[in-house]
Amino acid sequence: MTEKILLQQGRLIDPQTKRDEVVDILIVDGTIEVIKKSIPSQSDYRVISLKDKIVAPGFIDMHVHLREPGYEHKETIETGTLSAAYGGFTAVCCMPNTNPAIDDESLVTFVQMQGKRVNGGIVDVYPIASVSKGREGKTLAPIAELVGAGAVGLSDDGAPVYDATVMRRALEYAKMYNVPVMQHCEVPELARGGVMHEGKVSTELGLPGIPSIAEEIMIARDLLLTEYTNSRYHVCHMSTAKSVSLVREAKNRGIAVTCEVTPHHFSATDELVRSYDTNTKMNPPLRTQDDVEAIKEGLKDGTIDVIATDHAPHSLDEKEVDYIQAPFGIVGLETAIGLTVTELVEQQYLTLIQMIEKLSVNPRRIIGKDIRVQEGVAANLTLFDPAVQWKVETPAFKSKSKNSPFNGRVLKGRAVGIVNNGRILLY
Amino acid sequence: MALHNRHLLGLQGMPKEDIQLILDTAVSFKEIINRPIKKVPTLQGKTIVNLFFESSTRTRTSFELAERRLSADVVTFTAATSSVSKGETLKDTARNIEAMKIDMVVIRHNAGGSAHFLSRIIGANVINAGDGQHEHPTQGLLDMYTLREKFGTLEGLHVCIVGDILHSRVARSNIYGLQTMGAKVSVCGPATLMPRGIEKLGVDVYFHLDDVLPKVDALNVLRIQLEREAGGYFPSLREFHRYFGVTKERLDKVGKPIAILHPGPINRDVELSADVADGPHSLILQQVENGVAVRMAVLYLLGTQN
Repeated sequence: MTEKILLQQGRLIDPQTKRDEVVDILIVDGTIEVIKKSIPSQSDYRVISLKDKIVAPGFIDMHVHLREPGYEHKETIETGTLSAAYGGFTAVCCMPNTNPAIDDESLVTFVQMQGKRVNGGIVDVYPIASVSKGREGKTLAPIAELVGAGAVGLSDDGAPVYDATVMRRALEYAKMYNVPVMQHCEVPELARGGVMHEGKVSTELGLPGIPSIAEEIMIARDLLLTEYTNSRYHVCHMSTAKSVSLVREAKNRGIAVTCEVTPHHFSATDELVRSYDTNTKMNPPLRTQDDVEAIKEGLKDGTIDVIATDHAPHSLDEKEVDYIQAPFGIVGLETAIGLTVTELVEQQYLTLIQMIEKLSVNPRRIIGKDIRVQEGVAANLTLFDPAVQWKVETPAFKSKSKNSPFNGRVLKGRAVGIVNNGRILLY
Repeated sequence: MALHNRHLLGLQGMPKEDIQLILDTAVSFKEIINRPIKKVPTLQGKTIVNLFFESSTRTRTSFELAERRLSADVVTFTAATSSVSKGETLKDTARNIEAMKIDMVVIRHNAGGSAHFLSRIIGANVINAGDGQHEHPTQGLLDMYTLREKFGTLEGLHVCIVGDILHSRVARSNIYGLQTMGAKVSVCGPATLMPRGIEKLGVDVYFHLDDVLPKVDALNVLRIQLEREAGGYFPSLREFHRYFGVTKERLDKVGKPIAILHPGPINRDVELSADVADGPHSLILQQVENGVAVRMAVLYLLGTQN
């Protein structure tokens, strides 16, 4: 029995095909059959009105912690991808700091299989494998085998690749298989003991700080290594003004660097930590207003390629401890679109087209999973309302964990559904 | 006819006619080593010292056989590498050699340039049997001899060297020698084991073996050292074998025969699978045989120079 879905009068914005117009889209058995100003409805069509909604190429969050295998009390591939789906994402890249770490092709295969099995396979799960065996930073993981099994990138995220020779070899080796090395940029000895941004607020609060230079020094080092080895490098969760300018300079020199920022790093500052709410604790930490400004400017001028949430679920028991003890991380899948529209689009830092580039086109290009919205291709779409005002209620999150500092915030912009892999989810 | 240099330090810069002379001379010596009495009196009365600061069985044995078959008097020193301090011991040793009126020195050392160093401070002929990562000229020569024997000429041949190029003196000598003789040389291996600027030597660089196989007449497969895995150059021997191992399946996909060389010793089923090493296109045993002949030629040409 063929399934025919007619998406009516949504505003299709696809930067890849340079489209921005109100259209009808007919999807038959998961494939886009017709895109036209107006398609007459038939009796066997499931008609969905998308008036005043946006239809975009499926969003992807390229930095998510799905916690499976090993930490299923925080999140599973099933709950994490459901959270992604409700956040408007048709795909996620999951980080390998699971237990065991994703440093073997069998684990890459496992994660992919789980992704296909859960939630009807509506969210694609692309594993990022570790750079080093066990994420210990000492010897290279079997990179060729990992990429052969489906890994789209390499990272020891949670930790940096500390040894410069290991990083050099990883960049050289990964280049052969055309995957980026994605670095959690932190000089551990500078960051050690810190729980929030080192600055005026940390001084007042009496909490040990993580200085900006911990991130900046690692980025500077890695950019030089990337230049020397003529390879590809991606900065995870960039958080400081100087980091943005380092990347900007490097791009001007022709170095193949890309970078991502999280929504919380353009939506909040270390002032939020005054509440001592551990849902404000993450690494890299919330920084200053100057850093937030620089990130917004960096998104605007194209220095920053990607918005990715670093969705890091932790259970209530784990987070409800004192600020020093609490683990780093907050969830972000279900607030990404809202924060992006509210903080960037509404404030004229990004147009809707640019927003879609940061959440779909650019990350997909970086990991080699480009898509188009055009006739004849499989439908992979994010449907969102750019104008709706809604209040964040963390208990309602589909994620198993609710560790977000944005509970109660009113945001503008929210996903209304996704279409992918022959399925449609509307909420 | 004589060689231009009184030492054999490397193949870089060696004139084509010198390489030609050595290979042609080796032809007659190959005939000699196939006789029932494998001895000629050519270097009778000459004293040759084998100075092996780095352990080696095959090269040392090959040189010793070559020397004895030429009727030379042979003395071999082997030294544990860990107890030898570079430079100082060489100088001391060189002084002793001078004093003992030695005619020729065959030296293997773990530091590139050791043969050069020795040649500057003693009067005897110096033959480089392998200096660190720098050169192994007699290996390069025997590889060329073997290829020339198989294909009739080196001109226009395309040879790819596979494996740990970074640490390989065999790779470097092969590149210099083969290019001088008009062959095309490519290199293939993991990027972490590819020396910086290697393309400036005029070789094509490949990181995927299947890309270069259809283009070559012969492969020279280098031994991958286990210490390299421990040194973090590549993740595992398994991965190396999977992606850079010369296996029968890989070669069968190409459809045309590719000659296989390997300087030895082979890590079976790492850089080379057993069925390829023992297969019909393997020239590995010929290399060993030709090695003695080529070394006899070198010793003869240097030992009878004036």
